[in-house]
Amino acid sequence: MSILVIAEHDNRTLKGATLNTITAATAIGADIHVLVAGSRCSAVAEAVSGVKGVVRVLLAEAPHLEPLLAEDLAKLVTTLAGEYSHILAPATAFGRNFLPRVAAVLDVAQVSDVVAVESANTFVRPIYAGNALATVSSDDPVKVLSVRPTAFESAPEGGSAAVEPVPAPASFARTRCVSRELATSERPELAGAKVIVSGGRGLGSKENYHALLEPLADALGAALGASRAAVDAGFAPNDYQVGQTGKIVAPQLYVAVGISGAIQHLAGMKDSKVIVAINKDPEAPIFQVADYGVVGDLFVLVPELVSQLG
Amino acid sequence: MKVLVPVKRVIDYNIKVRVRADGSGVDLDNAKMAMNPFDEIAVEEAVRLKEAGQVSEIVAVSCGIAACQETLRAALALGADRAVLVNTDVELQPLAVAKLLKGLCEREQPALVICGKQAIDDDSNQTGQMLAALLDCGQATFASKVKVEGGSVIVTREVDGGLETLSLELPAVITTDLRLNEPRYATLPNIMKAKKKLLDTLTPADLGVDVAPRLKTLKVVEPPIRKAGEIVPDIATLVSKLKNQAKVI
Ligand SMILES: Cc1cc2nc3c(=O)[nH]c(=O)nc-3n(C[C@H](O)[C@H](O)[C@H](O)COP(=O)(O)OP(=O)(O)OC[C@H]3O[C@@H](n4cnc5c(N)ncnc54)[C@H](O)[C@@H]3O)c2cc1C
Repeated sequence: MSILVIAEHDNRTLKGATLNTITAATAIGADIHVLVAGSRCSAVAEAVSGVKGVVRVLLAEAPHLEPLLAEDLAKLVTTLAGEYSHILAPATAFGRNFLPRVAAVLDVAQVSDVVAVESANTFVRPIYAGNALATVSSDDPVKVLSVRPTAFESAPEGGSAAVEPVPAPASFARTRCVSRELATSERPELAGAKVIVSGGRGLGSKENYHALLEPLADALGAALGASRAAVDAGFAPNDYQVGQTGKIVAPQLYVAVGISGAIQHLAGMKDSKVIVAINKDPEAPIFQVADYGVVGDLFVLVPELVSQLG
Repeated sequence: MKVLVPVKRVIDYNIKVRVRADGSGVDLDNAKMAMNPFDEIAVEEAVRLKEAGQVSEIVAVSCGIAACQETLRAALALGADRAVLVNTDVELQPLAVAKLLKGLCEREQPALVICGKQAIDDDSNQTGQMLAALLDCGQATFASKVKVEGGSVIVTREVDGGLETLSLELPAVITTDLRLNEPRYATLPNIMKAKKKLLDTLTPADLGVDVAPRLKTLKVVEPPIRKAGEIVPDIATLVSKLKNQAKVI
């Protein structure tokens, strides 16, 4: 039996989380097939075919797959499922949205946020905001796994898989995508960034968030992130939220500015290689996980940091 | 129209759990329990739709042990009209809960089910999507805005890079994200009133559902503990350490 990985992409480029998911599939050990579903997305299929370890790329193209609704993608995946022992997708907003639908139709459990593969049926996953790690096993005929991208390396280049078209089932029709407002940014993607500058409530306003953190992010070539409090207060967009219920990140360097370090925030960043915290409260829990902490006023310290990096 | 809101009893979000030394799980003895925060947001949304005259009845549902009645009373105090407990002592996994909810949907015929996007204990983020699949209806996960329009619901979702707006024919399943609303606090008179509201109890057998767990938990351990580093006196020291010691810049 083979493993099916569902690719995340925007019809033009492959999202990095797919490469981490392929590595998780490699750890299970069987032939890896990757499904690229979308509209006019053959460039994505080409990119996937060059990834090491991939032996087959299935390409399902149809106009109604452009927004890739969960209803349509799940239907497509379940029609292909018969040939596979494992079905994997990244545990991102994309994978979390459609994958449980696949599991339910197949009448099997899903293992969410897999961080380690112990064997073909035994996996490790964090629970309680990452304060415990559970090892779980499944006897279901198909293992449906969402994979935490930060827990696995990116699969390297070095494949030459054939790309085969597969038919797309008819549109679900009762759900329609009305509109999308997607921001484009010159900065690296938060999920896979090497350096992240993240701001919290301590910044006080949206204006301060940008005035202080943009120059720091520029100096470090960093992506921007935020705490929930900063997002709730409108300092930063929704998808900047790092944490248990936002994005899970693990950059080489994470700089937390004016963030207290609540359990829910730590859950999203405590696997970063190096953590720097800038906070005026020496008792802030963020200092318990920081490699380097500076106690003081961020409005003084951040500009100073920018000038010393320049 | 009728709305069904599933609510889960979980450990209070302020509490950091302790892993049992024997690896059998986490220690919840005497821990403070509360309604899953995302489910509170779901109840609040249903109540707002009712206040806007778009919903006629809100049914809160919880699946699990008898103590889930407290969670249901909390939902009733926030404005749900009646409650159903699907009572079992079996450890419930998302697929089993989705099947129980499907069984209830068949009895209750709600036009809309509003779930939390994830429970803060097992962090699975599965139940709403699984329910939508079992009902073969549309889904809108991670909702930050909900608007009912005739036979449809228009939902704005938090997706990577921004927002996406979907239009779903009813019946449909929605899962809530943090920015959908800010739940109210229950007032004392409403807490008193909630005690008199109807709370029915069913069993999984009544709904014809096999709830046996599919995943076996072999062990639960503490994650590696990250040790605190050092407080540096100034920015110059920080920059030098990042360059020469950590070598990350
Ligand atoms: C269901 C649920 C899910 C959640 N999910 C998440 C999540 O995914 N991610 C997340 O981040 N949170 C999440 N939270 C929220 C979390 O509990 C905290 O409320 C939040 O992380 C706090 O954000 P903060 O650190 O920015 O704000 P605060 O806790 O208010 O901290 C602000 C910090 O700024 C410091 N400060 C203030 N002024 C200055 C100054 N001038 N100079 C230096 N320092 C200063 C203060 O000392 C303080 O430590 C969740 C909560 C719930 C209930």
